[in-house]
Amino acid sequence: MSYIELRNISYKYPLSKANVLKNISYSFEKGNLYGIIGSNNSGKTTLCNLIKGLIPEFYEGELYGEVLIEGKDVRKWDSNILATSIGYIFQNPFSQISGIKETVFEEIALGLENLGIKEDEIIDRVIDVIKLLNITDLAKKNPNELSGGQRQRVAFASIVAMNNDILVIDEPTSQLDPQGTIEIFDIINKLKQQGKTIFLVEHKIDLIAEYADEVLVIDEGELKHWGKTNEILANKDLLNRGINLPQVALLSHEMENINEPFDQFAITKAEAKKQIAKRWG
Amino acid sequence: MKSIVLKDATFIYPNDHIANEELNLKINRGERVAIVGQNGAGKTTAVKLINGLNKPTHGDVFIDGKNTKDKTVAQISAYVGYVFQNPDDQVFNNSVEDEIEYTLRYLKLPSEEIERRVKRAVELTGIEDFLDMKPFDVPFAIRKFVTIAVILALETPYLILDEPTAGQDLKGINKLSKLLDVLEEEEKTVITISHDMEFVADNFTRVVAMANKKIIADDIPRNIFWNESVVAASKIKKPEIGELAKEVGIEEKIIYRDELVNKISCSSKPHTNIK
Repeated sequence: MSYIELRNISYKYPLSKANVLKNISYSFEKGNLYGIIGSNNSGKTTLCNLIKGLIPEFYEGELYGEVLIEGKDVRKWDSNILATSIGYIFQNPFSQISGIKETVFEEIALGLENLGIKEDEIIDRVIDVIKLLNITDLAKKNPNELSGGQRQRVAFASIVAMNNDILVIDEPTSQLDPQGTIEIFDIINKLKQQGKTIFLVEHKIDLIAEYADEVLVIDEGELKHWGKTNEILANKDLLNRGINLPQVALLSHEMENINEPFDQFAITKAEAKKQIAKRWG
Repeated sequence: MKSIVLKDATFIYPNDHIANEELNLKINRGERVAIVGQNGAGKTTAVKLINGLNKPTHGDVFIDGKNTKDKTVAQISAYVGYVFQNPDDQVFNNSVEDEIEYTLRYLKLPSEEIERRVKRAVELTGIEDFLDMKPFDVPFAIRKFVTIAVILALETPYLILDEPTAGQDLKGINKLSKLLDVLEEEEKTVITISHDMEFVADNFTRVVAMANKKIIADDIPRNIFWNESVVAASKIKKPEIGELAKEVGIEEKIIYRDELVNKISCSSKPHTNIK
């Protein structure tokens, strides 16, 4: 039995004319990191909303097919249990901050308060997360006065504090500086090592190459390519679908073009480094 | 005279928080400049000094020789167009088309002129399919192009784009790249804040790096990305290919793929300098 399974999923928002997702089936294993890639408007965020259970619960619309979590249809799960097992980090960090709390510390505690967790434990968990995300200097600030990148970290911290088994993360680093982006990916990697199952939407394809176990390519609502990251991200067809290849994959292709291909097609820096070292060795 | 000049410009918020310290910068008409740097380095406050939303606490900012302290934000907005980092801070009309036309109508431009400007702005940003939609219903990445169209329609000689690359897909990035070329041909000055190092390396010949409220470097991309202390302080990174070249131990300051291909291909002479 798969951990999470999509069976012939098609979905239409209440007012949309055409299906936003078209006949998508896939099985997801526990503890893996799945990269979900595609051009804007391809259906990636809708797929996230579906896995999170916002569809059909919140958005309504017409849903065909089944979403099974541990073999059981999401519609049969207690929505409170689902809410505590799946965490969702929004695409737009400006919309994730509640706006009702006066300090970052309280903002991060908000979700835990709603779960009715004891105050001592809330404080411990918030302190841990603040340390993990390296935002101690923000703890006493007003969330509404933070810069875009700072808000994105706080939004991330709020979800990490919830300690969900499944995380749906929609472009977590769009507002972050490059070092901040690397830090967030280090944390995502740590969460993966803790056994969490992660769905990650991200345009920064070099990072998907580095961290994803498997990749799903969505185009116009359809699942076009799927499978092991190193196979999918070598495929030039992605360029036709508005998705860039990792810089290293482009390099590997260019080496093929001059008839000096790497012995093994590289998509990450570490892989390319080995190939180049062989020649220079 | 036709330039933006920041002279020892310092900006301190009313709560004594210093956001910018002694910025010195000159950007000429028609120039294309990228600003990079860590979150909270003061990039956005710096560009708000340029469009007059912030007035320097110490020092001066001149737009075409005029001190911003002597001008209102509205007066400066005829020279400097500013596209906000968060598009939601900028949109308020009922449709995308109304949003673009709003200021043009306020300026009481003739209707043919409004039509011409809207058409140009819409074409350059590729938002034809969204004109009747409510701006808030437009997907986030495209909403950014809506706000760019609003500012393009003002046809100011100076434009500031605050993180236009955030959340953009390949198509969006290519669209921005083309837009920069068109604006350069029209001799418009474009100042772009970006965290996308590939985009910066591919599209700019001048990069200003900021860290801790200050400008710490102002140079061509290659020199910025291979200055390790600048990279560390401004929390940027080399483009992926530059990182790879460094990790492999290649001595030349490589930042582009073709340079690396040349360097590692068998036909290349050993130790050729790539400058």
